[in-house]
Amino acid sequence: MRLLRIVPDDTKFDFMRFRRISFPISALMSILAISLYFFHGLNFGIDFKGGTLIEVQAKSGDADLSKMRSSLGALGLGEVQLQQFGGPSDVLIRIAEQPGGEAAQQDAVGKVRTALGDGVDYRRVEVVGPRVSGELLSYGVVGLGLAILCILVYLWFRFEWQFALGAMIANVHDIVLTIGFMSVTQVDFDLTSIAALLTILGYSLNDTVVIYDRIREMLRRYKKMPMPDLLNASVNQTLSRSVITHVTVSLALLALLLFGGQAIHSFTATMMFGVVLVGTYTSVFIASPILIYLGVGTGRDAMTKSGK
Amino acid sequence: MLYFTRWKAAAIVLTALFVCLFAVPNFLPDKMVASWPKWAQRHVVLGLDLQGGSHILLEVDTKTVRKDMIETLRDDVRRVLRDARVGYTGLAVRGTTVEVRIREAASYDTALTKLRELSLPLGGILGGSGQRSLDVSNEADGLIRLTQTDPAVIERVRQSLEQSIQIIERRVNELGTVEPLIQRQGTDRILVQVPGLQDPTRLKQLLGKTAKLDFRMVDTGTSVEAALQGRAPPEDEILYSTSQPKTPYLVERRVLVSGGELTDAQPGFDQRTSEPIVSFRFNTSGARKFAQVTQENVGKPFAIVLDNEVISAPVIREPILAGSGQISGSFTVQSANDLSILLRAGALPAPLTIIEERTVGPGLGADSIAKGKISSYVGAAMVIIFMIMTYGLFGVFANIAVAINVAMIFGVLSLLNATLTLPGIAGIVLTVGIAVDSNVLIYERIREEVRGGRTPINAIDAGFSRALATILDSNITTFIAAAVLFYIGTGPVRGFAVTLGIGIITTVFTAFTLTRLIVAYWVWWRRPQRVPI
Repeated sequence: MRLLRIVPDDTKFDFMRFRRISFPISALMSILAISLYFFHGLNFGIDFKGGTLIEVQAKSGDADLSKMRSSLGALGLGEVQLQQFGGPSDVLIRIAEQPGGEAAQQDAVGKVRTALGDGVDYRRVEVVGPRVSGELLSYGVVGLGLAILCILVYLWFRFEWQFALGAMIANVHDIVLTIGFMSVTQVDFDLTSIAALLTILGYSLNDTVVIYDRIREMLRRYKKMPMPDLLNASVNQTLSRSVITHVTVSLALLALLLFGGQAIHSFTATMMFGVVLVGTYTSVFIASPILIYLGVGTGRDAMTKSGK
Repeated sequence: MLYFTRWKAAAIVLTALFVCLFAVPNFLPDKMVASWPKWAQRHVVLGLDLQGGSHILLEVDTKTVRKDMIETLRDDVRRVLRDARVGYTGLAVRGTTVEVRIREAASYDTALTKLRELSLPLGGILGGSGQRSLDVSNEADGLIRLTQTDPAVIERVRQSLEQSIQIIERRVNELGTVEPLIQRQGTDRILVQVPGLQDPTRLKQLLGKTAKLDFRMVDTGTSVEAALQGRAPPEDEILYSTSQPKTPYLVERRVLVSGGELTDAQPGFDQRTSEPIVSFRFNTSGARKFAQVTQENVGKPFAIVLDNEVISAPVIREPILAGSGQISGSFTVQSANDLSILLRAGALPAPLTIIEERTVGPGLGADSIAKGKISSYVGAAMVIIFMIMTYGLFGVFANIAVAINVAMIFGVLSLLNATLTLPGIAGIVLTVGIAVDSNVLIYERIREEVRGGRTPINAIDAGFSRALATILDSNITTFIAAAVLFYIGTGPVRGFAVTLGIGIITTVFTAFTLTRLIVAYWVWWRRPQRVPI
């Protein structure tokens, strides 16, 4: 049996030349993502905004959305959103946080239960009060920052500081673009999204570290090779691995996306974007070429001479 | 890199096998496992999102605790000064401070000494912190200020939290559900997790009630109508009935007997009307008080008050001397049952508020399990096929290693009695991706070394030793992300972090040992002339 070769041996793409295109593109995309965040915003879920989320399923037949909408609208609970979720019998109800503290949220659920009556099954009820939602958001943001910091310190110990900085820039780039994606698609931004962001961070780093590892090895072996050539060689040598790994990860994610159901749909969609699209691009076109600007490898000759 | 001593190879295989074996109870029927020793019974617990159930976070109402404390302090000051026969004016609560003015300068020192005795050292016998529960300061003109210290409030909140946990435990256990979890969270919160509950309304009713029961007299001297117009005597208050329509009652503030003196409460039926009732029994001192009160007040109504609502206000027909009685007040069978649960469990020291609730119905849980299974199988199948297409025989090796890897994840999860959530399943699927990557790294490196002109065995050897360093580096970074997730995450996110973290550890283990062992065995067996990848 002939084995599959997605990437031929000994590729010699000039990835470093792309930096003249990839850097401006990335800068532009990042600005776009940031302005999206500020002007279009994220669709904060109840984890961070507080409020109530109820998933109901009609006991028989399809759910009558318009009837439910009018009966819930009459309750005076402020903003009530209804949305088909998965099959035609499933409806997701979102109720904005009620004024009047923690107990008011519980009252709202009680009212909805009375209004919808016995015709539906309650598949999921989530109520997050104003106290908890504030804490969850700050935990999320702190967590993300903490993770980036820990990883940075680790890379600084393991490599030189330029690598740590390069990886960090690549990381922030990934996070910013993914947040832009979340703003465009308006997926619920909740605790699971923070999990997705952190996983993207881990994966993207994983990828970057593999290439950096190779660059470090090449730096030791070829003392005289010009930096762009050396970086190109490193990326080319690890290209086959990068592609194969991303195909397998995408296969696993694709399965989750297609068969994992609505509950983790936004999670997998975000992961797909972050890991497959952005993560790969970043490690090849951003994380590696940026090392040229950060001054990796300059003074190698001097070091070897003085070392002798 | 390819040479293994016999005992080392045995140790690797045995470790993997040992860890995998812990996963076995998950796949066997419960009955079969029940007869095993305890340590072998450990298994993965399904999260509430998979098996259905309620997650409820309660918070002690610190404001009420503070208010109760300061009011008790005011009453204590009044009592102390009266006992010491010291004249005073202007006893009042201001924020966290009680103020009182001593009338005569002569008795000022006595008053100060007596009031200082109210301030207690904090932290019991061992607490040498030197902190006290009150700051007592003397101002000009005979004014004394008693201020509650923050540590005293914190200590009281801690105490009421602990009491509340015990009471909540008793209440939830009465529901008869399987394996409820009641846990302290932080300084003022209680987490209640009850699996497999169809409707949490009843649970929430049981959790949300303070269940403070009092027996008090109804004031018949003033009419309710007059009291409603603002002419209520100061020693009375207006309370409304629990039953609809809300009827007002004018009830004395003084508590005759409190619910704390109950020893038992049981639901039952009235023998004449066959309505649901709750019958109760007092302890000795409660029985004595109740007997005295009923003897003195035959013919007058008294009120049974629960959380400031009047359940019923029967007229005392005859003295009740036996120390037991019954409450009837338009109950249903369920509400009579719930009230007796609440009375048996006791009253909460402070009200609890529900600040977070997440309930998943059993139907959705079952759906999620099914979807998790399908997506895992499909994902695994696609990855397996792709690996064999790419690496042939080595792809098979990789698949074996990944399969063992997943089995080991389940083994470790069982060993820790960890909770598997839907995001947790996603974590496992992602681990498969990472585990495959470690194999890809090794094989790609071997390919490179072959192209570099090494002999097959040399190339395999060098491929492993170089790739393993990279695998370690890249996995540590992902592990850091997982650790942070675990640290900050709650509930489902934590479940994801746990499986991802464990998965990374097993991945590194299999890459460093099992994959190498399999390839080494194949090399020893086949003595290959060329590497088939």
